[in-house]
Formats: sequence, structure tokens, C-alpha cells
Amino acid sequence: MRGNADLHDFVAPDNLGAVLDLLAAEPGAWTPIAGGTELMVAFAAGRLAAPKLVSLWGIPDLRAIEVSARSVVIGAAATFLDLRRHAVIAAELPLLAKAASWIGSVANQGRATLGGNLVNGSPAADSSPALLAYDAEIELISVRGRRRVPYSEFHTGYKSNVLAADELLYAIHLPRLFAVHKQYLRKVGTRRAMAVAKVALGATALLENGVIREIRLGAASLAPFPARLLQTEASLLGQTISRDTIQSAHRALLAEIKPIDDIRSTAEYRRRVAVNLLDEFLLQLRREESQS
Amino acid sequence: MSTSESATPSKRWPAIRFNVNGEARSVKVPPMKRLLDVLREDLHLTGTKEGCGEGECGSCSVRMNGELLNSCLVPVLQAEGADIQTVEGLALDGALHPLQEAFLCHGGAQCGICTPGMLMAAAQLLQLNPHPAMPEIREALAGNLCRCTGFMRILESVAAAVDAQSASPATKLTTEQMHHAR
Repeated sequence: MRGNADLHDFVAPDNLGAVLDLLAAEPGAWTPIAGGTELMVAFAAGRLAAPKLVSLWGIPDLRAIEVSARSVVIGAAATFLDLRRHAVIAAELPLLAKAASWIGSVANQGRATLGGNLVNGSPAADSSPALLAYDAEIELISVRGRRRVPYSEFHTGYKSNVLAADELLYAIHLPRLFAVHKQYLRKVGTRRAMAVAKVALGATALLENGVIREIRLGAASLAPFPARLLQTEASLLGQTISRDTIQSAHRALLAEIKPIDDIRSTAEYRRRVAVNLLDEFLLQLRREESQS
Repeated sequence: MSTSESATPSKRWPAIRFNVNGEARSVKVPPMKRLLDVLREDLHLTGTKEGCGEGECGSCSVRMNGELLNSCLVPVLQAEGADIQTVEGLALDGALHPLQEAFLCHGGAQCGICTPGMLMAAAQLLQLNPHPAMPEIREALAGNLCRCTGFMRILESVAAAVDAQSASPATKLTTEQMHHAR
């Protein structure tokens, strides 16, 4: 059955305060909607369980991208085209710019927002592996104030997160520390455009004389929500990249991921691809290290 | 069904105003109504097509405030105050847009359902990048699906419009600007 516009209240305040007041007045009653690339699909199919919606589109503070000496702060309603067009993101956070280019099509990228991608919480979210690899922090806002949580702790289960009923995702903070890191991001999907990931891996690492001093691995579609691969990271930290460390990293990876069979792929294929992506990153690290 | 005045839509819903193809329009419809349906049903601009209704196929592509988007995914309230261009806004006083000419000459249209979206996506590309290479044309049209088989002719049509522009007498104007300067 199709969606019926008559059945939804929908308001579009012109400022953030008014949105937060609504959320505070009736916690949980209002569903925020930004670019609509998820919720309008549900609406068209007649399965949008949101009697009251509040628009975040066109609220300037939510779409700002601010660069300071230490961080890049991206408003939750910045679109993926905004990210692709931003010079500092392109130069210092290329994994995020690359992920933005994977989101649907140009028409989707001009509407879909970074905050929407995270709040929707798909295990396959395109922006998540990059944000995990960059150690992003999430800023939440409500009439009660603001708070920040590491992005790696934002998702708490399949399509669930730490947002309280009166809270809104306000901004994503990215430290400007990664220009010196080796960086990697690859998505394996059915086709290049418009396809949801079967598996994606984002990674950053810092090596010193061949020894891994820092490593962050962010994965999509290998667990009920996008997550850091903390055990795999631990197995590699302080190590040089050898046959032995690669094999122990494989064991840690296969022990901590929880892929499933679904419409897009199988658990077995996802395990194999996850191992291959990790190998590709580690071999790239070793090659670049031996050249430097 | 109630026929009382208070229940009639035009009384219940405040007017939503925007410009379509340079003309001021106002509609009194539910704010969650899809821009696609408002264009087709309320404004009778049926050039914009519905394909999948999920933002996957690009048939309903229009331009809003200079960006390409799928009108099936836009609740009309979010178009308040916007400048919208639909495929009907490409031709000027009966003179086809250079992209439309190219699609016509190079067999870029078959059944025609995807064509308006293809044209809008291509027009958006040429606006931002007047001399795109084939990989850029492919990326710009990656969100527009043709089910008749004919991607090559569509891509060639866009390339032909680019070539026609490059071959035209020395001018710094883009295809878009030349067309709309006429």
C-alpha cells in the first residue's frame, strides 16, 4: 500500500531552537527528517510509522562545516555533496570524501545527510567505516544541553543508538590528526553506483620504523551495526607486518566479526572479503613502508 | 466521506509557495505530499515521471535551488520558497535545449520514461562542468536507469551535446547559458 500524506503532521521550523522545543515538549513523538532519502522511501511504501515529522532541512546551523586548528566539525544535516565539495575534507579526510561519493547517485548525495546516515544506523552505512577510522566524535543536543560521545559508542544495537527521545544529532567532530596516517577505504558491492555494501572496511594507521603505533579499523556489514574491529586492532598494535602478524590478525578478525546471510550476500562470502580487505590494507602498509 | 468545509483540503492546509520553471506557484496540499505528486497532479507538469518511487531510478529528477534531486523523496513543504526546474523548463519558447536536440538526433530516447530524468541529470552536469569527459558523464548519469537497453545512446547523446558546444563559435558561455541567453 502507498503512503498517505494526510496521515502525517509535518512542520518545518526555521531555527534549531524551535525543533528542540518540539522534541522536548513531546519526547519521542516527533520524527526528525532531513533529506528524506530514507524516510520518504518508507513513506512511499506505506510503512512510515511517524505520525509527526519535523523538518531539519534548511536550518543553517545544522548544515555548517567548521574548520579549526584542531578539528573539522560537520553539521549533522550537511549533505554528502557538501562533504565532497569541501577542500579541507578532500585534502585531509579523503576517506570521508570517497565514502560520500559512494552514496547513491548525485541526486541522492545532494539530499542525503551525514547525520541521517548515522541515525538511520544501517549496518552497511557508507560513511561509517571512514568515521570510525578517523576516530570521530558525535555531538548531541537537546534543550538540556549538549554532550559528546565517541562515534564508536554511538550505535548500541541493530538500528539503535544512544540518542535520548528529546535529543538530536547535532554535529560530527573529526580531529585533524590523520594527514600523516596511512589511509584505506574499500567497499565491495554489486555495482559501483547505487549499491548497498556487502562489506566495507575503512582504516588508518601510523607506523614507526615498520612498527604499527596506531591503527583504527572500521567495518560495515560485519556486525549488527558499523563497528571498530578492536580485537583485530589489538593484535596488530606494536607489531611489524609479517606473515605471522597477518595470520594472527586474520584469526582476531574472524573471531570478532558477526556477518549474516541476507539478500545482498552470505556470511561466508563476507568473512572471506573481510579477510581480503584487511590483507589488502596491511600489504599496502608494508609496501609503502618499504618504499619510504 | 465528509463534505463539510472544514474538512476540505484547501481550507486545512496553508499555501506552500515556490517557483517552478521561473513561475510563482502556490499549492494547498498536505505538507508531506511528495514534490513529484504535486508537480504531476496539482501543477499538471507530467513531464516528470515516476519510476521506482524509492530514489533509485532517477526518473523523477528535477533541479531545486541549483541541485539535482529525486522529487519522489522530497516532501513538498521542504520546497517552500525554492526555485524548481523540471524538464518542461528546459525548452525555451519551443526551442529545444541542446541536450534535447542531441537526444533527438542520436537516438537517446526509447520509451521515454527515463528521458526527462536523464535530461535533468545531464543538464545539471553541464551546468557544473561544461566539458565533461565520458567517465564524468557516466558518473553524473549513474543514478538514472534506462530499462529499454539504451545506455550507450544516452551517453553518446550527452557527449554529442558537449561536442556541439565545443565546436560552436568562440564563446565562453556554457550550453546552458547559450540556450537561456537566447
